[in-house]
Amino acid sequence: MTPTLTLDRRSFLRVTALAGGGFMLASYLEPIDLLAQGGRAPAPPLEPNAFVSIDANGIATLIAKNPEIGQGVKVMLPMLIAEELDIDWKDVRIEQGDLNPAKYGGQSAGGSFATPSNWEPMRQIGGAARHMLIAAAAQAWGVPAAEITTTPGRLVHAASNKSAGYGEFAAAAAKLTPPDLTTLTLKDPKAYRIIGTPIPGVDNHKIVTGQPLFGSDIKLPGMLYAVYERSPVIGGKAISANLDAVKALPGVRHAFIVPEGIGGGSMSGVAIVADSWWYADSARKKLEVKWDDGVTAGDSSTGFAKRAEELSKEAPHSTARKDGDPDAALAAAAKTVEAAYAYPFLAHAPMEPPNATASFKDGKLELWAGTQQPSGILNPAIAKGLGITPADITLHLPRMGGSFGRRLYNDYVVEAAIIAKTVGVPVQLRWSREDEMQHEVFRPAGYHFLKAGLDSSGSLVAWQNHFVSFSVAAPAAAPGGPPAPGAAPTPVAQAGTSTQPGTAPQGGPPPRAQGPRAAASSTLNPAEFPARFVPNFATHLSMMPLGITTGAHRAPGACAISFVMQSFLDELAHAAGKDPVQFRLDLLARTQVPAEGGGFDAGRMTGVLKLVAEKSGWGTRTLPKGTAMGVAFHFSHRGYFAEVAEVTVDASKRIRVNKVWVAGDIGRQIINPLNAESQVHSSVIDGMSQLMLEINVEGGKVTERTFGEYPVLRMRQAPPAIEAHFLTSDNSPTGLGEPALPPILPAITNALFAATGVRVRSLPLSKHGFSWR
Amino acid sequence: MAVTFTVNGKSTTVDVPADMPLLWVLRDVLNLHGTKYGCGTGQCGACTVHLRGRAVRACQTPVANVAGAAVVTIEGLSADGSHPLQKAWEELDVPECGYCQPGQIMAAAALLAARPNPTDADIDTAMNTNLCRCGTYIRIRQGIHQAVRSASGTKTGGAK
Repeated sequence: MTPTLTLDRRSFLRVTALAGGGFMLASYLEPIDLLAQGGRAPAPPLEPNAFVSIDANGIATLIAKNPEIGQGVKVMLPMLIAEELDIDWKDVRIEQGDLNPAKYGGQSAGGSFATPSNWEPMRQIGGAARHMLIAAAAQAWGVPAAEITTTPGRLVHAASNKSAGYGEFAAAAAKLTPPDLTTLTLKDPKAYRIIGTPIPGVDNHKIVTGQPLFGSDIKLPGMLYAVYERSPVIGGKAISANLDAVKALPGVRHAFIVPEGIGGGSMSGVAIVADSWWYADSARKKLEVKWDDGVTAGDSSTGFAKRAEELSKEAPHSTARKDGDPDAALAAAAKTVEAAYAYPFLAHAPMEPPNATASFKDGKLELWAGTQQPSGILNPAIAKGLGITPADITLHLPRMGGSFGRRLYNDYVVEAAIIAKTVGVPVQLRWSREDEMQHEVFRPAGYHFLKAGLDSSGSLVAWQNHFVSFSVAAPAAAPGGPPAPGAAPTPVAQAGTSTQPGTAPQGGPPPRAQGPRAAASSTLNPAEFPARFVPNFATHLSMMPLGITTGAHRAPGACAISFVMQSFLDELAHAAGKDPVQFRLDLLARTQVPAEGGGFDAGRMTGVLKLVAEKSGWGTRTLPKGTAMGVAFHFSHRGYFAEVAEVTVDASKRIRVNKVWVAGDIGRQIINPLNAESQVHSSVIDGMSQLMLEINVEGGKVTERTFGEYPVLRMRQAPPAIEAHFLTSDNSPTGLGEPALPPILPAITNALFAATGVRVRSLPLSKHGFSWR
Repeated sequence: MAVTFTVNGKSTTVDVPADMPLLWVLRDVLNLHGTKYGCGTGQCGACTVHLRGRAVRACQTPVANVAGAAVVTIEGLSADGSHPLQKAWEELDVPECGYCQPGQIMAAAALLAARPNPTDADIDTAMNTNLCRCGTYIRIRQGIHQAVRSASGTKTGGAK
């Protein structure tokens, strides 16, 4: 069965106070809050007419309500409607909905949540629209509605030999009262004509012919272009700048300092507005700013690594989980294995850097902005900062050139709004690549100090992890308000538990931790595998203060945790002298400690692990010297994935990934197999990129500037083949934007060990002399 | 300075600084938004266009360098999206987010012009400087092969 999500809706302004007095405001939802947003109960009453309109010729225009970042949701959601509407796909047109939560319900892209949260309601919308067409025909024909059936796009009354296209009754149907959505009988899956068939992207023709589609393609009459220079030390403030000199440069119309915090989402900086983006960006090279660096100037990647090691030798700040007696079990173990694992900060680097277009006229703000979390922009604090109300804001949702989590955070949107309001004409703010990479919402680094024990039969009997991560300072008392001095600190035992559902009453004040709390995406779920499968188990936590901004990165948490857990498990399998697949199957077959509120299902993971072993020919193929296979699995975002990578490593430690096999269980239905394969390819290649990437922070500044220093995977390095296999299980369908990513990292590093004997315990791989061939 | 050149077969004159990159002339002056900005330093290939028949980075090409020359952008690769690469991209559903794809297609078109039947190794070499963060590389390879097949099919008038 699929666990039911019973999370409260929480949408709140996250205020990060920096101890030096500066603070950064950002309106965003933590990944768990995104889940809550999508899974809130009861669902708002959705109206079929909001999503479906049918013209006289029977062409149905369907609204795609969620933002498209390349995950394929602009096709997937309308497929669900069209299936139950019972119409041919060729008669469907798709329009992107603007932000309108009252009309469309939740509109976000994150947490692989679109499928689980829309599987029922979007099919119900289609079913209700069909029901209304039938009712309209029944009235006109004077026959019972129950006698009317449909074939795609047509209403049929067999007894009287009457039939008509949907277009004939569309106008009459739209005037009828929609049925209670929950009473509708939906199709038997065996009758699906659209769901489960391969359907290409709706925007493909526009993409391949270069038509305007993305946020940065928007052009309004009289629009100017802006750049925004932030403090090189993240979180610093602009004190003064040579604004007059900059304003005198070619094409420049305006240059001004933006203080921090205006509108509840901006960082301090200097705006330059010009006739062309190139004029603005060129003027920036002459810009001289005096900055107040603030406390983040103390942040350093090398310092964090050193401090983490020190903390690992001290008593942990808290214990997130303890089963049995790990200390005693380790002391009694026949064999113990100790290892320290680490991974760096990462940037998202979407191909299209953040941008937003804003027009501020007569107290109304109209925005065109690719954002994964559009409703974040309706935060009252942002409107207040702009001197308007949320009702004055219109947000159009252009397609995004990738995102991977970056655009869950709307800072660039607020910046565009502030600049447009200041200059009085429409403005397009575009971040440069360097802006994007250096002012990211970073995937946090992390440090794991592990120790495990095997008994004399090679069975895993004890596991202990001291996880050192980051804390951020106490939040301010109120959005936009001053920090709360002397707020009582919360015991750091709270750290690591932020991935658990909150309990704030709906509509009530958002929960605010007082005192240090874990930095965003810097937590470890206490139930993370192999928790519950090892009788003596402990997760200890320590935190060190962090100034730079962190947040969700495709498969938040899991993209890093999987590398650690599945690599160390691999070490243990080898220490036990067991086959890495068999060692994992044995672990999954154990009687486990009961789960808190559902979660990981060992049976489903066993299924995909066996499937990937079979498909990859695990243990059955003789491979040449220097070539080997590695395996890993991970459960995240309700998806079960096991992956095998075959790699060849040459004498110069150059790696070629020959092939990757992926087996996944995301429930009983793959909605769009064409896109499902894309998402698997994308996850594997994104994960391969992560193996070679790092963001370094020194003195609060990011060292990397562009792709030269941040070498995301290129064509030549991509595997010749990635095989995707899905195991159909009797569970409600879940999402695929993220869960296929986490296992690829350890599958490859485990293969590297098998091929070379080198155990990679920290990333990127380049630190260990490896490169892609 | 006034610079005259041909864009997608049409003679065009712009009055901009000589060092303004072609990318920004196309996007901000001529409103041709198919050519994308990805890095501004020639490392990602999102701005790939054809200059005198060869693939170049528009972000690294000062407009003065194109005076009197023929520039082709994704908007002008075919009149109606019927170039074999464009058709293959649609049929195979190559794009995920789609942002890099105009640059990918322009790079692939230049490859096919020089080497009408490329191997995977040829493709990897020619396309290695065009980044795709969504990781559509496998389908890009397939798309190029499919375009080759359909182009040769068209020439012989027979089915594949």
